[in-house]
This record gives sequence, structure tokens and C-alpha cells, in this order.
Amino acid sequence: MRPGTDAAQLVARVEKLARRLPAGKTVHIMEVCGTHTHAIGKSGLRQLLPGNIRLISGPGCPVCVTHDREIAAYLDLAERDNVVIATFGDLLRVPGVRGSLAEARSRGAAVKVVYSPLEALQLAEQYWDREIVFLAVGFETTAPTVGMTVKKAKEKGLGNFSVLSMHKLVPPVLEALLLDDQVRLDGFILPGHVCTITGVVPFQFLPRRFEKGGVITGFEPCDILQAVAMLLAQIIEGRPAVEIQYRPGVRPEGNPLARQVMQEVFVPQEARWRGLGQIAASGLALREQFRAYDAAFRFSLREPAGPVLEKKPGCSCGDILKGIRIPPQCPLFKTACTPANPAGPCMVSSEGTCAAYYRYEQYRGG
Amino acid sequence: MCLAVPLKVRKKEGDMAEVGLKGLRQQVSVALTPEVKEGDWVLVHAGFAIQRLEENDALETLSLLEELNEAGN
Repeated sequence: MRPGTDAAQLVARVEKLARRLPAGKTVHIMEVCGTHTHAIGKSGLRQLLPGNIRLISGPGCPVCVTHDREIAAYLDLAERDNVVIATFGDLLRVPGVRGSLAEARSRGAAVKVVYSPLEALQLAEQYWDREIVFLAVGFETTAPTVGMTVKKAKEKGLGNFSVLSMHKLVPPVLEALLLDDQVRLDGFILPGHVCTITGVVPFQFLPRRFEKGGVITGFEPCDILQAVAMLLAQIIEGRPAVEIQYRPGVRPEGNPLARQVMQEVFVPQEARWRGLGQIAASGLALREQFRAYDAAFRFSLREPAGPVLEKKPGCSCGDILKGIRIPPQCPLFKTACTPANPAGPCMVSSEGTCAAYYRYEQYRGG
Repeated sequence: MCLAVPLKVRKKEGDMAEVGLKGLRQQVSVALTPEVKEGDWVLVHAGFAIQRLEENDALETLSLLEELNEAGN
């Protein structure tokens, strides 16, 4: 970055703060947002920071943590007669043990890419004689949009629209990471647009229970640098807190109406995270009064028998999502696992940690 | 995945709005942000406005996005 720019000043500030850390102390800061992961890779921030500050990419990409059981469930649906799958494009190439949605499509399954759950609703109105199933992935940012769409479907009395809810929630996974003895973290760069909905309250457990800070952060490299400086100041002064760096997009109270819609339509349930396993109350199921719109209920989806395969042999996505390993430490990275032929979910989405490393950090220390 | 883009509300009808930026126009739902009015800036995610923005903040974000685009090109 050029001297005299805001970024250069911010880097200088981070360096100054880093010198005030106790000798031998390395600060581990985790970001839990695919957009942050991507921005850090693209801007080369990791290399700009002093050596005693490590940025770790956590489970911030909802597509990457979609579990093989969930993939198996939607592939099962995609192969049924009369079903049209409506999905965000991100899910198409996610590899499951039985293949991907893109492969199912090439075998003749009806799969439509949409940008909004409302487009899936329009498909249901258009193709009234087909079953439209929307694959609902996403964190708290996305869940209210799906909730509102389900409410609209009910208002319209649509009988051929349902959603397969694979939503995941951010606070429970952070709690699970902090309870894991292998994981060493000093603070979090929190996802800006998740917090647009949630506000600060659901993250207050970070300082209160775990004495860790969190900064709700925007998506530009300068935002991330500023968040790092804010977290370092918290650590040096011994005052962990949840602070908002991303002022334009986040109010302390979040979006209460969006949360109300989410609570009206969904109820928290245990969810499986790819590479991380089961985490209590970290997913969302449709409430009973919306059962007619729940694809799992409508199509009597059952948990397949047999052992749960969390990942392909050798794939380190679990450890990478926990921040225990970085992609170059995985035996499959860049050999048996590439963006064109991904073995694990972190390589699939451009927001995945491995894909970001592959694309942006392959020539630097990787 | 959780990307949201600032766009300006051009027209509002019921809980739908036409939002746009330069030549681009898009229909989005304002059911999660019923307080927005024509002329307001909103953050749009997955076809929904999820937050009303102050104009200055929206313009600042946009100029950053443009800078990034230019840098990317």
C-alpha cells in the first residue's frame, strides 16, 4: 500500500499497537465471514501485518459448512420427478459424497439458479404443476429473507412451494470454537451483514463468558485493518468488548423486524456443520405452523442410515475452519484439491478459506 | 454469501420497491424495512432491503466499491 494513504496509516497504527503486546505473545484473530476471507486474501493483508498478529479464517462461508447429509438430502430431492430445485449459484458445485448439484443437473435434474428466494416463489407461481424447492443456505443475514418468503407463500396459499432449511447461526459456532481446547483465539472480526440483522446483543457472550473481544467489521481492507487495531487496543488495555467498526451498515439493535420474522417462521435446532460436527441450536427448522412449506416434512426426508462421513479422507477442512491449520498444511491442497476439482468445501466457494489461499496466497509463503 | 449492496429507492409500491444505481434497476422487497421511502438508500441482500442507510454512508461505501472496481480493472 502507498505511504500516506489511510491504509498505510492504519498499518502503522497496527504495528505500533503490536509492539505494545507482551514479548513472545502472538495474537490470533479469527474472521467469520467469507467476504472478509476473500478481502483479506485479495488485498494481501496477512502479509502486511506484523508477525505477532495472525489472521485466521473461521467457518464464515455458509456454503462451505453445508453438511454432507444436507447435500445428500437435496440431491435426493433433485432426482425426484416433478421437483424443480431453486438455489443460489454458490451451492451448485459443492461436492458431496454422491456428487454435486451441477452433476445432478447434467444428468437431467431441474435446477434453477436464483438471486433471491422471492424468485423461487415466482417460479412456483409460474410452474404451478411442479414442486419448487428452494435450498435455504445462509446465516442470519439470509434467514429473514427466506422467512419472509415463506410467509408470502402462505399468504398466497401456494401449494407447490417449499424450502429445505440448512440455515446456520453464527453465535453458537463461535461458542463451540471457544469451548474447543485445540482452538486458541484472542478475538473476532465479526461479520458485518450478519450483525445488520442481529445487532450486538447475541455476541455479548464473547466478552462476558470468554473475555474475548469482537469487532463488527465492514468489508474493505481498511475496515479490516481498523478492526484489527480496535481488537489490539482491547487486548492491550484488557477490556474485551463488542464494538461496531461498520457503522453505516449496523445499528446496535440490528433489524428487529427481520429478527421477528425469523423467529416467527423458524425455531433453532441442532445442526451439523461440515468439518465441525453437531452444534446445539446452531441451525434453523421451520416451525410447525409452516410445515406445509418445509421440504424435509413435505417429502418425508429421513436421515440416511450408516456412518456420517464428515469429509473426504485427507481433507483438512475441519481443522482449517477451526483455525488449527492453514490450507498449505493440508496434504490435498493444490494437488488433489483445486478450485476446478475441489475435494472439500473450503475450496468450492470463492469465499472458502482454501479457495482464497489458492487464488491469492499461493506464491507467498503458501 | 452475506454480501449486501447499497442501492437507492426509486419507486415504492406496497412492500416492493424499484431500486437502482446508475443504469441498473432491480425490484426488491422492502417488507423487512417498511420505513424506507423513495429517495432513501438501502442495503440489498438476496432481493430484500435489509437496512436503511444514511445517504452519506451509502455514498462512502459506493465510492469505496468503485475504487475497488477500478483497482481491480
